[in-house]
Amino acid sequence: MRYAETGFNLEIDLTRGSIERVATDPRLTELHLGGLGTSSKILWDRVPPETDPFSPDNLLIFSTGLLNGTPATGANRTIVSSYSPQTLLMGYSMMGGFWGPELKYAGYDKIIFRGKSPSLVYIWIHNDKVEIRDASHLHGKGAVETAETLRKELKDPNVQVAAIGLAGENRVYLASIEHGRSSASRLGLGAVMGDKGIKAIAVRGTKDINVARPAEFMKLCNEVLQYIKIREEKPVPGVMPILAGLGSPQEMKLVDEEWHTQNFMWGNSRERKRNFWNAEIEEKWRQTQENVRKRLISCYNCPMKCGATISVPGISTYMMKCFSKLTYTMAAYSDLDFGFRIAQRATEYGVDGFSTPQVMAFAVELLEAGILSERDFEGCPTDNEGRFFWLLDRIVRREGIGDVLANGTHWAAEQIGNGAHAYAHNNIKKHEQLPLKLGMLNPVYFLMYCTGEKINITQIEGQFPQSPFPTIEEREDFVKDWIQVPDEKFKQYLMDWEFRGERSNPYYPTVDMSVDIVDWQEMMHYIDDALGMCAGLSSFPLKPPYHIHNYPEFISAALGIDLDEEGLKKIYRRNRNLLRAINVRRGLRRADEKPPENHWKKRFPELEEKLLDAYYKFKGWNRDGIPTKEALHDLDLDYVAEDLLKRGILTDDGESDSTGSSSEAVNQ
Amino acid sequence: MAEKKKKIVKTIKIDVDKCNGCRACEVACSAFHAAPKYSSNNPARSRIRLIRDPLSDVYLPVYAGEEAKAECMGRGKYVIDGKEYSECDFCRSACPSRDIFKEPDSGLPLKCDMCEDNPPNEKPLCVQWCLAEALIYEEREEEVEEPEEQVKAEEVEIGLEAMIDKFGLQKVMDTFSRMSASKKG
Repeated sequence: MRYAETGFNLEIDLTRGSIERVATDPRLTELHLGGLGTSSKILWDRVPPETDPFSPDNLLIFSTGLLNGTPATGANRTIVSSYSPQTLLMGYSMMGGFWGPELKYAGYDKIIFRGKSPSLVYIWIHNDKVEIRDASHLHGKGAVETAETLRKELKDPNVQVAAIGLAGENRVYLASIEHGRSSASRLGLGAVMGDKGIKAIAVRGTKDINVARPAEFMKLCNEVLQYIKIREEKPVPGVMPILAGLGSPQEMKLVDEEWHTQNFMWGNSRERKRNFWNAEIEEKWRQTQENVRKRLISCYNCPMKCGATISVPGISTYMMKCFSKLTYTMAAYSDLDFGFRIAQRATEYGVDGFSTPQVMAFAVELLEAGILSERDFEGCPTDNEGRFFWLLDRIVRREGIGDVLANGTHWAAEQIGNGAHAYAHNNIKKHEQLPLKLGMLNPVYFLMYCTGEKINITQIEGQFPQSPFPTIEEREDFVKDWIQVPDEKFKQYLMDWEFRGERSNPYYPTVDMSVDIVDWQEMMHYIDDALGMCAGLSSFPLKPPYHIHNYPEFISAALGIDLDEEGLKKIYRRNRNLLRAINVRRGLRRADEKPPENHWKKRFPELEEKLLDAYYKFKGWNRDGIPTKEALHDLDLDYVAEDLLKRGILTDDGESDSTGSSSEAVNQ
Repeated sequence: MAEKKKKIVKTIKIDVDKCNGCRACEVACSAFHAAPKYSSNNPARSRIRLIRDPLSDVYLPVYAGEEAKAECMGRGKYVIDGKEYSECDFCRSACPSRDIFKEPDSGLPLKCDMCEDNPPNEKPLCVQWCLAEALIYEEREEEVEEPEEQVKAEEVEIGLEAMIDKFGLQKVMDTFSRMSASKKG
């Protein structure tokens, strides 16, 4: 018997219409855990780097995490991976909700799709019964509507559905995969799903998931629950409200949006409105929010209420979470009522709530700058809100200018030319980022923005406070019960961190400290993404219930192995390096690793080079960000090194093809 | 005559307005009742289930009571706060008309036992795991009519009754005679 995992993947070839249930190698679990780790391994092994994201040879992998379906609170994330049509690199995006655990209960750890269906289909998985079914009746339907239709059609309210909307069907690069209150939104994976002809995956499972050492495992679960209770009663003082508690930012609960509306940028990530928030707006937005919010809701087996059911009178109900509450509002210079209305349509269409508003604001700017013409906007209403609805409709249908915009700002600018590139200014690796523009370079964030493989800051940050605490007393208070630190030195980093003077940004945390901090934050995200644990209870918030000291116990008790902290850290490094190698094989190099040019006003080119050098060196990578043979060898990834050598991406002396400098890469 | 006796009644009060729909109650229940305890997890085996229709904002945790051997006539509808519930949604019975509160493998009915354990739990596990406080454990003292002392049915008798329920008295009697004849022979 396999513990924690089911030990089986579903292999579905859509071209041939074949379905296989394939036993997995338990050795891979020991090496990579599961989730993102084992999905990366499959992509590396089976999809050659020259594969086009829309090729039938590209794989689309829906993966559960190792702890999904166990009683571990918050282990409910589904990890979707493939090659991204937008960045052309590996794209992975996670969603919470109920789908991952349901797939586990049906008896599968992953579904691996290959090929392309000749017509639109949906997949129906009910324990051992798996069918590819005709979805012509769902063609053009909204993602939420699709899930409801299938729940009725399959006559089971407990069926869990992941679906694409019109955007995915039309291979819009902004397309998401929607599931209830959750979505795998980033990096265009909905477009890959649409390209394969999959409208939806409906899952129902009634089988057991076993853990190896039950009493021990349950004790750990109870400790986590107790810690959540304590932590909820005692928010972290001195940080903004959304960072004080656990969970993903409690956007559905909180009405006070002073911080977001005054610190994040409006329009096409352009303008900071420092005096926007006032009592009148707060009251108006409070009314808007309380009128449409039916209930605060959670994902599977999690007490945090990060989502909400939203019913705007006159339009159909949907569910929302997190910052998409404000992205449309702020991109369109509008108000919260507009935000809730357009998000409803966007959710049905199935588009990324981060990228899409920016793409539309980008289009409006191009029109104002005369780079796009009135002809491109023929038939578009002239009012601001109307314009955004119109653009959204065009984008998901790929009509007219919408067809250009559907590829995101980078590719749209390429196609439009005429100086449009200057307006696609908020991207990393061709992917739109949070609308933030700040003053002083923050060395930790610099590294995370540059090197994060997820290409999304909220999936890399966490753990270490975003800014110093003003007084020594506050710092002492913060560090005294900071049990999550992997090493005591992090407490000192925080104690010494000041707003001004020598020990402040950008030179403090120092280069080496910054690398340490980033490595810790990355580590927690990589472990979460392998376990299917929500970042909101682990890698994202300050002082979370899951951390590097209790994770080895959880994994050991679940699997029946004896994994210690060093062992878990090694798995993290292995997964981190494998993912990096996949992207390196697809062409990622140091030159790509930069934040949006205007992200910080005050930049420090020399320091930035040092930061990247130190980070690469720490990771055991060469100057170009490529894992060295030695580093790969230490992580049992010799086959990766061999491949990189064979392709000439690495040379025997550890150099890479594109830099002539010698490598000082040492394994940490 | 039946005698009136005081008895502690254990119940779970359900505050549906506080439910956040996470189904931790199902998780805790199915883990507790696994054998060995906590060794597996499967909401389909849970003795508390969340009746859930998110878009209609229906979240109704229901814990299993007595099995009903036949479907009842109840097909009523209730509208509460603008939300429609069927009579079945509130029903705590495993019954032929639906698949909740039944072991997924055997189809045998499930019933909440308030997490009876030795040493006893302070509260059932679903209540402990409901951080939303939608489930509230209550012990009430009630006067109940205690039926006159009965001869306790022996285990064999319980088993036989179940067989009779399922196959009918005649079939059981026939089988019994045939088996005893063949054993003697």
